[in-house]
Amino acid sequence: MAGRLMALWNWFDSRMPTLASEWRKHAAEYYAPKNFNFWYYFGSLALLVLVIQIVSGIFLTMHYKPDANLAFGSVEYIMRDVAGGWIIRYIHSTGASAFFVVVYLHMFRGLIYGSYQRPRELVWIFGVLIYLTLMGEAFFGYLLPWGQMSYWGAQVIVNLFGTIPFIGPDLALWIRGDYVVGDATLNRFFALHVIAFPLVLLGLVVVHLLALHDVGSSNPDGVEIKKTKDPKTGHPLDGIPFHPYYTVKDLVGAIVFLAVFCTVMFFTPEVGGYFLEYNNFIPADPLKTPEHIAPVWYFTPYYTILRAVPPLFDSQFPGVLAMGIAVMILFFLPWLDRSPVRSIRYRGSVYKAWLTAFIIAFVVLGYLGTEPTTVWGQFAVREDSFFGKYILDTKDVATWVGRLGTIVYFAFFFAMPWYTARDKCLPVPARVTV
Amino acid sequence: MNEEKSIDRTRRNLVIATSAAGGAAALGAAVPFVMSMWPSERAKAAGAPVEVDISRMEPGELRVIEWRGKPVWIVRRTKEMLDSLKAVEQRLTDPSSKSSSQPDYAKNEFRARKPDVMVMEGVCTHLGCSPQLKTAAARAEMGADWAGGFYCPCHGSKFDYAGRVFRGAPAPLNLPVPQYTYLSDTTILIGDDKKGA
Repeated sequence: MAGRLMALWNWFDSRMPTLASEWRKHAAEYYAPKNFNFWYYFGSLALLVLVIQIVSGIFLTMHYKPDANLAFGSVEYIMRDVAGGWIIRYIHSTGASAFFVVVYLHMFRGLIYGSYQRPRELVWIFGVLIYLTLMGEAFFGYLLPWGQMSYWGAQVIVNLFGTIPFIGPDLALWIRGDYVVGDATLNRFFALHVIAFPLVLLGLVVVHLLALHDVGSSNPDGVEIKKTKDPKTGHPLDGIPFHPYYTVKDLVGAIVFLAVFCTVMFFTPEVGGYFLEYNNFIPADPLKTPEHIAPVWYFTPYYTILRAVPPLFDSQFPGVLAMGIAVMILFFLPWLDRSPVRSIRYRGSVYKAWLTAFIIAFVVLGYLGTEPTTVWGQFAVREDSFFGKYILDTKDVATWVGRLGTIVYFAFFFAMPWYTARDKCLPVPARVTV
Repeated sequence: MNEEKSIDRTRRNLVIATSAAGGAAALGAAVPFVMSMWPSERAKAAGAPVEVDISRMEPGELRVIEWRGKPVWIVRRTKEMLDSLKAVEQRLTDPSSKSSSQPDYAKNEFRARKPDVMVMEGVCTHLGCSPQLKTAAARAEMGADWAGGFYCPCHGSKFDYAGRVFRGAPAPLNLPVPQYTYLSDTTILIGDDKKGA
């Protein structure tokens, strides 16, 4: 039997040796640093969530109807009448939020260990493109249940494009395919969500990994392991083959992740309105705006930035621009960071202070985006006083905190060339520490 | 040097021209796909004008009409409502509607053809949510100086009874007034002002 299998494999291998050589290149003989820690789980977990989303998505499309009159009902049909439908839908909805949890942690890892620094700029840039595509994918997908939040969230976001000077109104009309978010919009968002964006996403993931495997993985020490190779084998002394060492390690991560995932999915799939907003259990009604519109949690930091910028020249565009820059600035991170060291382990106190301020700002911005601007009350300032008339265009405390957070968010990036170049760094060891 | 010489310029130019022509053709092939995303003929037809009978509207009543999928408000404004327009003028961003979008016949202090009938697109100029009617009775919720008007639940923009935005709101402009005309004293045509009167 074993001999037969071996013969079959040899038959295959002699006709298509690529399979074996690629396996060796990307797994069995891909040398990864031996000092990966907890933070290095999230890359493989992102891949796992991508698979979960694709599989659950395929089965959802078998029952879902992309039609403004039928969409909401078809989702309820999946939840109540399709055998196992509820679990498939909750897998997909929990997976959407889990995707962003994992991706945000993955990006945070890159941030603290300087993984984006030379020569890994392209790995980072492809990663940011994945993040952008994922945002689009999530936005299109959120319209499909055709609930109130789907509808009004899409309305707000499409109108963001409408604020672009000159071409805005026509662009918004072209995106919607109608004078209002309607059946045409739902139908095209469905096409983009199930075909176009997943294909782009898969392509980008492949390119992200190829770019990574060309330069090799970084590590928590930020030490280049290729510099110290075993003279006999030519392999890095601080590297271990990805397979079996990291495939097995990542398997442990996957099991822990799936335990958490299943707990959320089975016991609290809505997560208090954060993963699935309560208003989305009401069918879309174009003539009735819900009392409070908030995007899903993963967009809220940017949403707060949008709300924080006051209109200029009768236009909401400056806020939209600020929001766009807040995301696009990520592309330039490799060139904004002038530090001679990669890892936070060897950075000085100045960088650590900036990073802490950035994390706090990001979380506060995220929280404020889920709440109305009145959540923290108003300043007790009379409208006819100097402050009321000339300084405070709004008295909402949360808007002002949002503005402060926005300033910290941008300062972290724009001041980065300055403070990273001056920070006192520690000496980096020649070999990784374990 | 040697390499430069070995290039056959004619062939190279032919390759460049062929690639350019192929690229242009590929770009041209994108046209039908881009065009297909504009509103279809059916969507355009569905955006036709709407006739509304206002003869049975009570003073102070708000009616919401759907036109092009957008809510269009008709309010039979009472004397108190019209009086409030003057009182709030100091607190408005653009009291004389210089920057906002309205037909010329609605570019007056009432933003209407006839003062007692308000016709307005109920779409916030901030990000397109639909504001809600809050009468002067909603003072407890809207603040002591509230004289009645509209309130956007998305980001808190406030408008008076002529759709003019209050200062300090995220909305930059007054609410737009659609094209409309009176077909008779009690019938309004929304979306077209060429026919009738």
